[in-house]
Formats: sequence, C-alpha cells, structure tokens
Amino acid sequence: MSITDGTQPRNVPDRLHGRPTRILRSWELLLAGIAILIFLANTQASPYFLDPWNLSDATFNFTEKAFIAFAMALLIISGEIDLSVAGIIALASTAMGWALQFGIGTPGLIVIGLTVGLVCGAFNGVLVTRLGLPSIVVTIGTMSLFRGISYIVLGDQAFNGYPTDFAFFGRGYVFWVISFELVLFFIFAAIYACVLHFTNFGRQIYAIGNNPTAATFSGIRVARVKMILFLLTGLMSGIAAVCLTARLGSTRPSIAFAWELEVVTMVVLGGVSILGGAGSILGVVIAAVIIGLVTFGLGLLNVPGIVMSIFIGALLIGVIAIPRLIRLIRTGKAA
Amino acid sequence: MTQFIKSREAILLAALIALILLVETRFSGFAAPGNLARVFNDTSILIILALGQTLVILTRCIDLSQASNLALTGMVTAMLNAAMPGIPVIALISIAVLLGILMGAFNGILVWKLDIPPIVVTLGTLTIYRGIIFLVSGGEWVNSHEMSASYKAFPRAEFLSLPVMAWICIATIAAFAILVTRTPLGRAFYAVGGNPGASVYTGIDVGRTRFMAFTIAGGLAGLCGYLWVARYAVAYTDVAGGFELDIVAACVIGGISIAGGLGTVTGAVLGALFLGTIKNALPVAGVSPFWQMAISGAAIIIAVAFNRRREPGRVILKEVAQ
Repeated sequence: MSITDGTQPRNVPDRLHGRPTRILRSWELLLAGIAILIFLANTQASPYFLDPWNLSDATFNFTEKAFIAFAMALLIISGEIDLSVAGIIALASTAMGWALQFGIGTPGLIVIGLTVGLVCGAFNGVLVTRLGLPSIVVTIGTMSLFRGISYIVLGDQAFNGYPTDFAFFGRGYVFWVISFELVLFFIFAAIYACVLHFTNFGRQIYAIGNNPTAATFSGIRVARVKMILFLLTGLMSGIAAVCLTARLGSTRPSIAFAWELEVVTMVVLGGVSILGGAGSILGVVIAAVIIGLVTFGLGLLNVPGIVMSIFIGALLIGVIAIPRLIRLIRTGKAA
Repeated sequence: MTQFIKSREAILLAALIALILLVETRFSGFAAPGNLARVFNDTSILIILALGQTLVILTRCIDLSQASNLALTGMVTAMLNAAMPGIPVIALISIAVLLGILMGAFNGILVWKLDIPPIVVTLGTLTIYRGIIFLVSGGEWVNSHEMSASYKAFPRAEFLSLPVMAWICIATIAAFAILVTRTPLGRAFYAVGGNPGASVYTGIDVGRTRFMAFTIAGGLAGLCGYLWVARYAVAYTDVAGGFELDIVAACVIGGISIAGGLGTVTGAVLGALFLGTIKNALPVAGVSPFWQMAISGAAIIIAVAFNRRREPGRVILKEVAQ
C-alpha cells in the first residue's frame, strides 16, 4: 500500500509539529465529546444503564478487541496492516483446546495460546519484511490459512471443558465490578501509550509511517521495527484468544469471526491514519469505549447486533467525512 | 506468442490445468467438458465480482463492500418478487444493477470528493449495507417457495447448452476485455494506478476515474445479487458473508497488483477460476470441505509470493533496508 516511488508527489503533511498537533488533539476531544454524548443518551434511553454491574458487563464488548487494537494502531501507524488477527485468535484457541485433551493445565494453556500468537505474527512478519510482500494481501491470505487450520482440526466440533481456574482470565473480577480484562485493558493502554509516545521506538514507528525511505536513510532498521510490530500484534491476538476462550469456555473454528474489521474500525475511529504516520493510543482508547458504549446501549434497547453495526459503520465514515465535508464547503475544494 | 508463454497468465493457466488434471487422477470425469462447464457456471459470480474488483484495485483502491452490496440487492429483488410476483425478471435485474450502481457510487463519491481512504470507506459501507439488509427484511428469510418460478428459472435456463448465468459471465468478460484495452476509460484505470501524479498532468481526473471503478464494481455486485439469490433460491441477512475477501483473493491470485496499475482481465478470470476449481474439486476428491479455507489461504500467499516483482530503481534502498 505504501506509495514510495519518487515520481509520485506524496501529499503527507508533516504531522509532528505545530498546527497539525492541535488538530490531532481536537480529534481526541471530538471523540471524547461523542463518547460523553453517547453515555448521556444511554442514561436517558434505559434506566438499567447506570447500574455498575451492567456497565462492567459493557466493558467485555471492547476489552479483547482493544488489546489487539493497541498493537494494530502501532502497525497501521508504521504503514502496514494485519487482517489475520481474528484468524490468529481462532488458531490459538484451537491449539489451547487441543492441548486440553492431553490434560495440560492453565499455565500451559496460556503459554500455548501466547506462543501460537507469536508464531503467527512471526509468519506474517517474515512474509512482509523478508519477502517484501504487501501486508494487506499477505494477511488476507494468512487470515484464511490460520482460521482454515482451525476448521481442519475442529470441523463442526468444539473443544469444551476448560479448567475452572482458567475461566478467571475471561470472567474473573479483580475488585468489585472491575474485571480482570478491564485491568489488563488499562495496563496495556498505559504500556502502549508510553511505548508509542515516549520512546525512541515509538518515534521510529511514526518516522517509518511518514516516509519509509527517509527513515531508512536516517538509520532506522525499518524491517526490524516492522517485524517487532507484527510479533506484537500476534502476541496481543494470543492474549485476546486466552481471554476470549476463557470467557466463552469453549472453542469453535468460527470464534471471533470478522473481528479483524472491528479492530481496524476501532483503530481508524481512534484517529489513526490508515495511510500511516499519525495517530495516538488515547484516541484508540476512546474509540474502544465509544464502540463498547454504543453496542451496550443499543443492546439494552433490544437493538439487534447487526443493526448496531450500521451505527459503527456510519460512525467510522461520519467522523472522518464530516470534518472533510465542512472543509470542502468552506474552501470549495477537497483536502 | 513467446511473450504470452512467459507471462504470469500463462503460468497461472498451466497451474489451473495441472490442478484439473490432478483432480482427474483422483476422480475421473472431473476434466470432462460437461463438468468443466459446470465448474465455470459455478464460478460465474466470483468471476464477475473479481472483474469489478480488478478495476478498483487497478486504480490503487480496494472495495470490501461488494459482498454486502450483493446481499442487499439480492434481498431487495427477492422481497420485491415475493411481494409482487408480477414484476418481470428483466425489471428486477435492472433494479438490482441500479441499486448496486448507487451503492458503488456512494463509495466512489466518498473516495473522490472527500478523499477518504478507500479501505476505510468500504469497511464502513461493508457493515452499513449488511445492516440495512436486516432493517429491510426484519431478519426474515425469503425462501424458495415465496419466489416466482420465472425469478428462479432465469439464471438456470439453458442456452446453447450453457446456463444463462454462464453466458452473462462470458458477456461481462468480453465487455471488460474491450473496456480495459480499447477505451480511454480503460487506459485511465491503468494510468491512475500506475502513476496518479503523472495522470493528472495528462489530463486524467484521478478521483473521477476511481469513482467510475467503484460505480462499475457496484453495478456488477448488484447484478450478482440477483444471480446469487435466484440461483440458490434463498435470501437472508448473511448471504455471501465474508465473500469480499474471496473476491480480493481471486484478484491477487490472478496477478492484479494491490499497488495498482498492473493486471489483466485474463488474470482476474483465471484467478477466480483457480479458486472456483478448488472449491468444486475438494468434495469430489474426497477432501473434507473444512480444508477449503486453509487451501485458499495458502494459495493466496503462494500467488502473491510468486507475483512479487522487483521495482526498478529501488534495489539499492531495499538492500540498505535489509
């Protein structure tokens, strides 16, 4: 997807200093405003919304997807994408279910889940960074491949009977209504925000996303950084697989079906440029909360899931289109 | 001729023939003309959709909303047919194509006028169009017995020993071959994908060309919506769920470069036929259908690794990057 040939004028504004930073800030402000509006609308729409346990349940709508979205945000900022994340979940979950048949306990299951995630991430990373293939195509292929292996192993069967202490990772509560997954969500948010915004590595990700050629010439090991990001995305998918499997208590090959699109939606809604080079973890966090609130609030109103997806899709296009539309009307020309 | 033998399409054709012969050894009769015609007919919808997607990918865009577009138009025609069986099939097909064009144009206008990245636009419309199916149908199915006989019969009617659906597919291929190689618009698709900057200087409107690609892809998805629902005689919300990625896969296997500007109609057709042949061969070769997903995934990866091309002028940089 990257446009790097020298003949092509690349209309990527420098988004690191000055006015663009303010626009970026206001993006998160806009999102936060939307989140508050949705929250208020929900409290008006249903009397059950403000119940702490209900709100706690609502967090499960986004926590696992958000784990992946954090890593995906870094990957998309670097100019790549991974559409195989849901396939990785299916494969990792299947591997855990398979290991379960041999009496492997909870720690072993977690190790297996995370390892499968890492191996899948490494596979994507090698194909993209070593062979130089476009990530969007590679991961469309591995998406089918990973989930396909789950289908070969399981067919129309399911793995059940996970140990009771394993269920903690999906259904456990650390303190009152604060679930284990929610704690994990905040920890990951903090880690990824630090890595992206306050480390050398984070700066390198932005540099690569804005101009891979210039990044190469300034001594950044582009392939290595991208490889690490694919590994991270695989690992986070493995973690999501552990939590999701523990929460559901069973593995089917259709587990987490079409999550890749929801994760990408979350990242893009969070203000990460799909062209690479711009975005923040705070935006992704707010986007995750927005998606969770919308799904939960509409669920309380008995709106079916498929209709909620209209809202999510419209939100995705709307938040990007409306500022551009206003600019178009004001200046009379497109951005 | 020698140029053809060296081309990507020739290699893909050879792979396709090898695949057919391989299945033939396990199950004699697979390579019989009658069966091959059946496989072609079975793959018609994928071929038509892949051709639409080809135009979009040629212009450096991607359309992930095709399958949702197909499912929505299919549902609308099925509901119209169930409610008013008097509407002639040709009118329903026109409605399907028109509705598809509208949905494709909506994608196109967002890409053209608002300059939103196509993957974001079509990711959004993928869920929106799919959700609208639920809204218009209320989650109900339209079953075979609710559809009129003529509605279901049209794609299956035989003409010169091939079903009408296969003929529609052949006509689309022919139209595309002319469009892409013999018209200014066809050349514009390549120009825009090959070098958008240079296209502007040659007087090509990049945004408008992309809009045209999306609109054509949408119209074809609408046509396929009718064909799909009429052929399988059932319409429900999840029709062709996940099919958008099969379409992209067919294009990739066919050698359409995701970076734009490179690819042929022949390639797209062969790529779709390759996937379609695998789909049809697995059950007869006694392989569990659960293998299909993994095999198409592997096929995509192998195809894209095989189609990898070294871009001139960047070799030194690539070595630096390693």
